[in-house]
Amino acid sequence: MPDAVPLIAARGISKQFAAIEVLRDVDLDLFPGEIHALLGENGAGKSTFAKILAGVHRPSRGTLALAGEPIELASPHAAQRRGITLIHQEPISFPDLSVAENLVLGRGDGSLLGRVPWAEMTREARRLMDLLGVRIDVTLPMRGLSIADQQMVEIARALASDSRLIIMDEPTAPLTPKEVETLFTIARRLRDEGRTIIFISHRLEEVRALCDRVTIFRDGARIETAPIEALSDADIIRLMIGRPLKEYMHKEKATIGAVALAVENLSLPGYFSDISFEVRAGEIVGLGGLVGAGRTDVARAIFGIAPAESGRVLVEGRPVTIAEPSDAIALGLAFVPEDRAVAGIFRSLSVEQNISAAVPAKIAPGGVIRRSVERALAMDAVKRLRIRLASLRQPIGELSGGNQQKAILARWLLTDPKVLILDEPTRGIDIGVKAEFYDMIGELAASGRAILLISSELPELLALCDRILVMAEGRLTADIPRAEASQEVVMSAAVPRVREAAAA
Amino acid sequence: MTTVERRSVAAGRESAPPRPLWHTVLVRPETMTLVLLVVAVFAASALSPYFLDLSYILRSFTLSAEFAIVALVLTMIIIAGEIDLSPAANMALSACLFAYAQAAGVPMPLAILIGLGAGVLMGVLNGLMVIGLQLPSIIVTIGTMIFYRGVAQVIAGDKSIRVPDWFIGINNVFIVGVPVPVVVFIVLSIVLGLVLGVTVFGRQIYQIGTNEIAARHAGIRSRRIKMILFILIGFVSAAAGLMTASRLGSVRYDLGLGGELQMVLMAMLGGTYIFGGRGTILGTFLAAWLLVIVSTGMTVANLLPATQLTVLGILLIVSIIATNAIYSRAQR
Repeated sequence: MPDAVPLIAARGISKQFAAIEVLRDVDLDLFPGEIHALLGENGAGKSTFAKILAGVHRPSRGTLALAGEPIELASPHAAQRRGITLIHQEPISFPDLSVAENLVLGRGDGSLLGRVPWAEMTREARRLMDLLGVRIDVTLPMRGLSIADQQMVEIARALASDSRLIIMDEPTAPLTPKEVETLFTIARRLRDEGRTIIFISHRLEEVRALCDRVTIFRDGARIETAPIEALSDADIIRLMIGRPLKEYMHKEKATIGAVALAVENLSLPGYFSDISFEVRAGEIVGLGGLVGAGRTDVARAIFGIAPAESGRVLVEGRPVTIAEPSDAIALGLAFVPEDRAVAGIFRSLSVEQNISAAVPAKIAPGGVIRRSVERALAMDAVKRLRIRLASLRQPIGELSGGNQQKAILARWLLTDPKVLILDEPTRGIDIGVKAEFYDMIGELAASGRAILLISSELPELLALCDRILVMAEGRLTADIPRAEASQEVVMSAAVPRVREAAAA
Repeated sequence: MTTVERRSVAAGRESAPPRPLWHTVLVRPETMTLVLLVVAVFAASALSPYFLDLSYILRSFTLSAEFAIVALVLTMIIIAGEIDLSPAANMALSACLFAYAQAAGVPMPLAILIGLGAGVLMGVLNGLMVIGLQLPSIIVTIGTMIFYRGVAQVIAGDKSIRVPDWFIGINNVFIVGVPVPVVVFIVLSIVLGLVLGVTVFGRQIYQIGTNEIAARHAGIRSRRIKMILFILIGFVSAAAGLMTASRLGSVRYDLGLGGELQMVLMAMLGGTYIFGGRGTILGTFLAAWLLVIVSTGMTVANLLPATQLTVLGILLIVSIIATNAIYSRAQR
C-alpha cells in the first residue's frame, strides 16, 4: 500500500522518562485497513510507542500526522476524539456500572446535570453489540463479565466513537483459545471495514495468524518493518533480541529420586477437587491448563496460603499439616507466586531486604539483623543469578520485571528448598532472560530438587518437564509422560468438556 | 551508534540509576521534622525570653508525655498498615478501673494490675476484630474508642475518683533533673527504635505494611505480629492512663479526651506514612518535641487557643503534603 495516504505517519518519535530514553527516533507509517503487529522484548518501547499514539504519553521529540494532517495528542480523550482508541489488556472499567453505562461513559455528550437517557443508551449499546456479533446482556454490571467479554465492551466503545485506529495491547494473554478466535474474527472484520489495528503480543503464532505487517522494536528503536510473510520466526526472534537464538529449552539429565511431595485427594470446594499427584526429587512436573483451571489454587493450598478443606499433603513420605506458609517453608517447600507485584515483591524496600525476606534465621541469629551477613547473602545471590541492578540498597521496584523475578527466585533459593513450586515463572519476562530461567530450572532439578512448574506456555512445559499434569475446571484431567506429550495432547486435556460440547 | 551508548541504554532499561547517598540520607521526612523543630525553637525563643529555659520545656513536655509514649507504639501499628484510634479511651477506661478498684478497697498493687490487665484485654479485643474477623482497623477502633470511653463513664459516672496521695505526682519525680514521664518516653523511644530498626520483628513490620500478601507468601506471620502490636499498644495505653492519673491526682471518664488525634498528629508529623510501610520512631520522637514546643511557644506568646488550633492544623496538613511528596519521589 505504498501509494495510499498513511492513516498515521510518525516521524522521529522519541520519549524520555527522567534521564532514560525509552524511545528513539521512531518513524512508522500505518495504513488504513491493515493489522499491524508491534513486537519486541519488554522495555523495547512498543508499548510506549502505542501509548504515545493513544495520547497517554506525549513524545519528547517528533511529530505525528493523522491522514496527512499534523496532530498533537494532549490526552487519551483528545486521541479518542480523533478516532484513536487504546484497548487495555485488563480493561479499565467501572465494575459496578452496567455494560451500557460503561459503553457511553466518557463520551462527553450531554450536560453535567442533564438527564441520562437510559432507554436510548441501552438501545445504542445493543446496536453496538450486534455490530460485533457478540451476545452480552448490556444491562448486567461489568463485574460479572469474563475478561474476554470486557474486552469486547472496550472494542464496542471504540466502535461507538467510530475509531479509525484501534490499539490492542496484549489482548490475548488472559483469553482462552476460543475467545482468541472470536477476537480475531472481529479484528479481521474491522480491518476489512478499512480500520487500522495495532496488535501487541508476545505470541508469534498469533501474530502470524492475524497480522499483515510487523514492526520490531529493540532498545527503544524501530529495527524492522515488513510484511509478516517476509520474516521467519527465527528472523523475528533474532531481530527482537539482537543475536541468534540458541536452542535454549532443554531438560538437563537429572537422577530421579524418591517422592518429595505428594498430594492425595486434595479438595477445596469451588476451586478444585480430588487432586492427587506426586513429584520426585530431580523431577520437573508441569502443571498445565487454562487460566482459571485451578492450578494456582492447588499451589496456594499446598503452600498454606488458602489451605485445602480435605485431602492430604505428604512431604518426603510423611503426612504434614500446613496451615500457614511459614509451616511450608519449615518443611522445605518454596513457592514463587504468579503475580509478582501482588504476592512477591516489597516494592519500596531494598533489593537485599527482598532477597532475605524468607530467611530471618539466617540473617538474624537471635533476632538482631547482621547487616554484613545479609549483604553477603544477597550479593552472592545477585552474582549467581546474574541480577542486574545499580545497588543492593535500591528499591526493588526500580528493577526490570525479569530482575525482580530473579530476586524472588533468589529469596527462595536461600531457603534451600526440597520442593520448588513455580507459578508462571517466566510471565512478562524478556526472551533472553527466559532462557536464563530455563537453564536455572534445569540446574535446580539436576541438584536434586523436586519442581512443580505451573505454566500457560505449552512450549515451555513440553521442553522442560519430565511429566505434564493437566487441569481443567478444578480437576486433574491428564498425567502425560514426556515421551507422549505434545501440544495437541495437552490442549485436549485442558479444554473443559462442557464448553467444548457447547461450542460444537 | 557506539557500543558505549548501546550499553548505557540497555542498563537504563534494567534499573533506574542509583540515588546519591546524601539524597538517601537527607531527603526524608524526619529531616523535615528536625528542621521544623529547630525553626520552632528559634521562633519560640524570639517570642519569649523565658523559653530557652530547659526545665520549663521539660515540664511542659510532661503534659503531653503520656500521649507521646503511646504515639511511639502507634507509629509501629501505622507502619504495619493498621491504625488504632482507641488508645486515649483505653487510657481512660484502664485508669477508671484502677481508680474504682482501689477506691473500693482493692490493694494498690492489685488495682494497678487490674488497670494494666484491662488495657491488654482492650488491645486483644481490637486485635481479634481486626485480625480474626478481618475488619478494617479504622472502623473497629473508632467503635472501640466510643465503647471504651462509654464503659469508663458508666463506671465512674461524672465524678472524679481520688487516688492515694503517695500515688500522685509522677511528673514531679526527677531522674537527673528529668521528670519520670519524659524519662519513660526517651527510654521507650530508644527501645522501640532499636526493635524497629535492627530486629527481624521490626523488619517484618515494615514488610507487612509494604505488602501484606507478599509478606504472608514469604512466611512472615503477619497476623501474629499485628496481634502483638495491638496487645502492646493496649498495655502501653493502660500504663499511660495510670501515669496520667498520677499526674492529675484523680480520675474522670474524660481523661485524655481527644488524645488519639494528638497521637496521630505526632506520628504523621514525624513522617510516618499513613498507608503503611514507612516511618521511624526517630520521626515520632522529634515530632513529639516539635508539638510540645509549638504549643508551649504559642501559649507563652499569648496566642488565643483558637489560633493555636489553626496553627496545629496547618502544621499537620503541611507535614502530610511534604511526607507524601518525599515518598512519591522516592517511589518513582
